[in-house]
Amino acid sequence: MSQERLTNQDETVSSGENSADPTSEPLVDSAIEVPGKNATSTGRTILRAQSFDVYYDDVQALQDVNIEIPEKQVTAMIGPSGCGKSTFLRSINRMNDLIDAARIEGELYFDSKDVYDEDVDPVALRRKIGMVFQHPNPFPKSIFDNVAYGLRVQDMDVDEQQVVEESLKKAALWDEVKDQLDKSALDLSGGQQQRLCIARAIAVDPEVILMDEPASALDPIATSKIEDLIDDLAEDYTVVIVTHNMQQAARISDKTAVFLTGGELVEFDDTEKIFENPEHQRVEDYITGKFG
Amino acid sequence: MSSETRDIVTDETNASRTAKEQTYRAIFLACGILSVLTTVAIIATLFSDALTFWSEVPIEDFLLGTNWSPQIEGSYGVLPLVSATLLITFGSAVVALPIGVLTAIYLSEYASDRTRSILKPTLEILAGVPTVVYGFFALVYVTPALGTIFPSISTFNALSASLVVGIMIIPMVSSISEDAMSAVPDSLRQASYGLGATKFEVSTTVVVPAAISGIFSSFILALSRAIGETMIVTIAAGSNARLIDPLDPFSAFLNSVEPMTAAMINIGKSDVDPGSLTYKSLFAIGLTLFAITFVMNVVSNLVAERYREEYE
Repeated sequence: MSQERLTNQDETVSSGENSADPTSEPLVDSAIEVPGKNATSTGRTILRAQSFDVYYDDVQALQDVNIEIPEKQVTAMIGPSGCGKSTFLRSINRMNDLIDAARIEGELYFDSKDVYDEDVDPVALRRKIGMVFQHPNPFPKSIFDNVAYGLRVQDMDVDEQQVVEESLKKAALWDEVKDQLDKSALDLSGGQQQRLCIARAIAVDPEVILMDEPASALDPIATSKIEDLIDDLAEDYTVVIVTHNMQQAARISDKTAVFLTGGELVEFDDTEKIFENPEHQRVEDYITGKFG
Repeated sequence: MSSETRDIVTDETNASRTAKEQTYRAIFLACGILSVLTTVAIIATLFSDALTFWSEVPIEDFLLGTNWSPQIEGSYGVLPLVSATLLITFGSAVVALPIGVLTAIYLSEYASDRTRSILKPTLEILAGVPTVVYGFFALVYVTPALGTIFPSISTFNALSASLVVGIMIIPMVSSISEDAMSAVPDSLRQASYGLGATKFEVSTTVVVPAAISGIFSSFILALSRAIGETMIVTIAAGSNARLIDPLDPFSAFLNSVEPMTAAMINIGKSDVDPGSLTYKSLFAIGLTLFAITFVMNVVSNLVAERYREEYE
């Protein structure tokens, strides 16, 4: 890293959301070239954003995001608060549609289809791309009904008993709840509730599971269970996880995307590369705790 | 030193402040006690006069009697009045509960902020219309309109009164239900959307079940209001105290009935001698009415208690 480049980057940081700042352009461009060159995995791309912007009213939350997320791997998104990582996650299955002020520009492909095309039904999209939220949010229903909920709203022609059992097993919760499926989900502990929410998400057999800081409200033991679970899930699903916790990203992800202030995706690469030898000084500063 | 310590011990200034505090406290307490005393006094009056009535007319003849004809036959069976009250309450519930809940779902889940800011105050105006206006409206507009559909309808009939009482209590159902639905945490809606639910499914499978205690409370409050409603039924439902055949409520709807409240008005405005048996029957009806609404309020509290904080 040259001293000159460092200076430029610092200016970019301090200039905040000024997307017109020419010094920020080469950074983003180089960032998206990296995965192509360095990708070690064989996973094909399942999600691809191209010049993707999100605005909340006049505030730009994401600027010019370009990323290719590989199938059946864990991709982590890290960055300081307000960097737009959650916004990007929620854009993928169009949960941001629920916020009136949100507006997008650019393209975001799920396989070969832009999810923001006019003929895309967000309800159908969310059936392919499930979500787990920051705080466990089970429905005030029984454990069984929580897992079966998606099957019912999607009117899926499956053996409910069997799918519920399989999903709870995949979510590593079956042994703890198999004798109390009729009990209210709200009687479970926070960590169990979050695993229930994961079971609920995988019951409908999505292709992608988005996780928005799924362990941030949990204690360390519950967190480590969730992390083990995410590792297993990547065998069958593409997992995109937003986390505040860099050690967590390093532990569980195959790829890591670093968003920095201003809604900019600064670097995206194999997790090992990001944590050991990042291309960008700003990323290194963030990861080593000098910034953010 | 002494001038410094003096500030915190009781002196004249402090003493007058304490006295003021006690005065304020007494004023507030008096206001609270006033309404409690009024309630107690009303119940005591109802009980004492109702009990003298029941000393002359056995309580079982009153509660189980099927003929209400106080002035002509001296017959005091309250069942015709109760059945008329229940008929009109049932009719108004059929109108108000579905419309009120669906309105609440619209306001809470579908309406834009702008629409809600117009619709909600408009609905609340509906709740503020004087009931005498509703009664007049029922008699002069609704009944003739119903007459084009049911030519056999009486000038005074239960159907018209039911519809209009129903309209009157819609805002009560919709407003309280909407509050309950708005209180359902957004995280539950998001969970549902995230599983591929439509807006309709989110509303019906998540929001309404989570808000059910508030919705039930709104039903019970609205029904209590319908039971106690007086003006509309006195004007529009008539004064024919007939026992309603529960197997044929439809013909009852088209005819004149006399609910409990209307019977009380009719006795009150006729020139009965205070102290006469008929006059005392007012209190017996009043106490019965009070007992019904009291039970409903207790049930409402139990329901709210049972389902409270279910989603937390």
